[in-house]
Amino acid sequence: MVAGMWIRSTMTYRASFLITLFTNFCVTFFDFVAILLMFGQVKGLGGFAFAEVALLYGTAGTAFGIADLTMGSLQRMGARVRDGSLDTFLLRPAPLLAQIAGDKFALKRFGRVAQGLVVLIWSLCLLDVAWTPLKVLLLPVAVVSGAVIFGAVMVVGASVLFWIQDAAEVTNSFTYGGNTLLQYPPTIFAQDLVRGVVYVVPLAFVNWLPALYVLDRPAPAGVPEWAAFASPLVAAVLCGVAGLAWRAGVRAYRSTGS
Amino acid sequence: MTSHIEPFIELENLEKVFTVRRKAAGLFRREKSEVRAVDGISFAVERGEMVGYIGPNGAGKSTTIKMLTGILTPSGGRLRVAGIDPARERTRLAQRIGVVFGQRTTLWWDLPLKDSYRLMHRMYRIPDARFRENLDRCVELLELGELLDVPVRQLSLGQRMRGDIAAALLHDPEVLYLDEPTIGLDVVSKARVREFLSHLNTTQGTTVLLTTHDLTDIEQLCSRVMVIDHGRLMYDGKLSGLHAVGESERLLVVDLERELPPIDVPGARFVRSEGPRQWLAFPATASAAPLVAEVAAAYPLIDLSVREPDIETVIAKMYGGTRDERRESLM
Repeated sequence: MVAGMWIRSTMTYRASFLITLFTNFCVTFFDFVAILLMFGQVKGLGGFAFAEVALLYGTAGTAFGIADLTMGSLQRMGARVRDGSLDTFLLRPAPLLAQIAGDKFALKRFGRVAQGLVVLIWSLCLLDVAWTPLKVLLLPVAVVSGAVIFGAVMVVGASVLFWIQDAAEVTNSFTYGGNTLLQYPPTIFAQDLVRGVVYVVPLAFVNWLPALYVLDRPAPAGVPEWAAFASPLVAAVLCGVAGLAWRAGVRAYRSTGS
Repeated sequence: MTSHIEPFIELENLEKVFTVRRKAAGLFRREKSEVRAVDGISFAVERGEMVGYIGPNGAGKSTTIKMLTGILTPSGGRLRVAGIDPARERTRLAQRIGVVFGQRTTLWWDLPLKDSYRLMHRMYRIPDARFRENLDRCVELLELGELLDVPVRQLSLGQRMRGDIAAALLHDPEVLYLDEPTIGLDVVSKARVREFLSHLNTTQGTTVLLTTHDLTDIEQLCSRVMVIDHGRLMYDGKLSGLHAVGESERLLVVDLERELPPIDVPGARFVRSEGPRQWLAFPATASAAPLVAEVAAAYPLIDLSVREPDIETVIAKMYGGTRDERRESLM
């Protein structure tokens, strides 16, 4: 509902909104154009063909886009914690997280989701995959779980803001940075980094593990094959962690003087 | 729930401790220190009471209010509002309380007042009929009619305050907390706000707890006053009772013919001087007559007057008792 209000105030400037939506779409799309250009020069990337990289890019992009659409406002919460305007949110009879998520809700972030989806669908048309019912089912489940994983990481990051108000950039390196990482095949990265995103901040479950299963490729960092289906489980566990972190954060909120 | 037996608001040894980190010598070294903003406060407020909560800046007034509303989680002690633990069930409590912060608006800055109220309507799930009735009453009593279509950022402070008070009352809260509701308002706006609050308390039976620096608010509204300093409750009772507790003194203002050294007479204490004018303090319980006679006999008098202790001075003395600096400048 708070989101609805922000949409309404955005919609008063309809032309401006359409332009930002379009530019947002373009900016993220240029990312992909860069990959496209790269493939004009080289045949494969870490043993991955263009369509396969596009699949990784599309799944990561869509998952991140959905998470950013719903939870992206959290990263701007630091300012509200610092100046104490979070007080007002705490007085209202609605969950704080929902209110913050809807705070300054920006419809323009749909551009990111749309772009991810376009690439995803395009890659599915190009790919030559032996589809099984399991693979068909896995893909949407992975995208949704991926969005939840990204969202949970954003919530954990936002919880830290209750103690350290300038920590938003740290979270961004995991979310935006993680998104960029996941858009490329794991084979091009150092093994330690890959292990890190499997076992420490489990971003690999967003798309790497499920997509590699779809592509009939071995999972990285010695992960068993069934891990490709563990994304919903990982998402659920992360949600629990995020919930605890958020509660602890709210309890530590200090407001400001006066 | 047994709220008809228990007091409506109940605090028992409530504490809030902040850890403050201060930069020490060196780039990354930091000193930790504890600030006991609220240091073991206990009181109970019955339904329908109107209580004033006063104290100097930084005494812990706002911190208490923020714990009562669930914004801050107490560090220790027990706290119940309408039988609810505010920090644990914040959103459930929110339906039953109304809060006005003088320094901060809860309205949507860019939207017209009317739209803010519409959002409250939906957020608090207020039944349509109740909403209309409450809004109409607030609009009439707070004279908001012409302001409903004005974006909040264009309202004057007094108008915004009235808008905020209305917003806090649309969902029929059982208790209304006001944190400095008259701060920065002119005399007319203050009077209007006071009149409204008094009306609210008598007609709706709403419990009101307000913090203020303006003692006129307390004198005109509150039958009970609580004084807090350094996070501790110094006084809880009737306003008139403060005089006895505060060891009130009356003031004798003496105008002499010329500038002279401080007057020294038994039974009075020299306070300060300003050119030929001097201020003497003597106990409120003593008679002024013998003192006047003595001063008149010993010094070249032009004029003198006696000032009764005002409540502000009494309270300033109470604060003074807990800190080193004396606050005589208030006189």
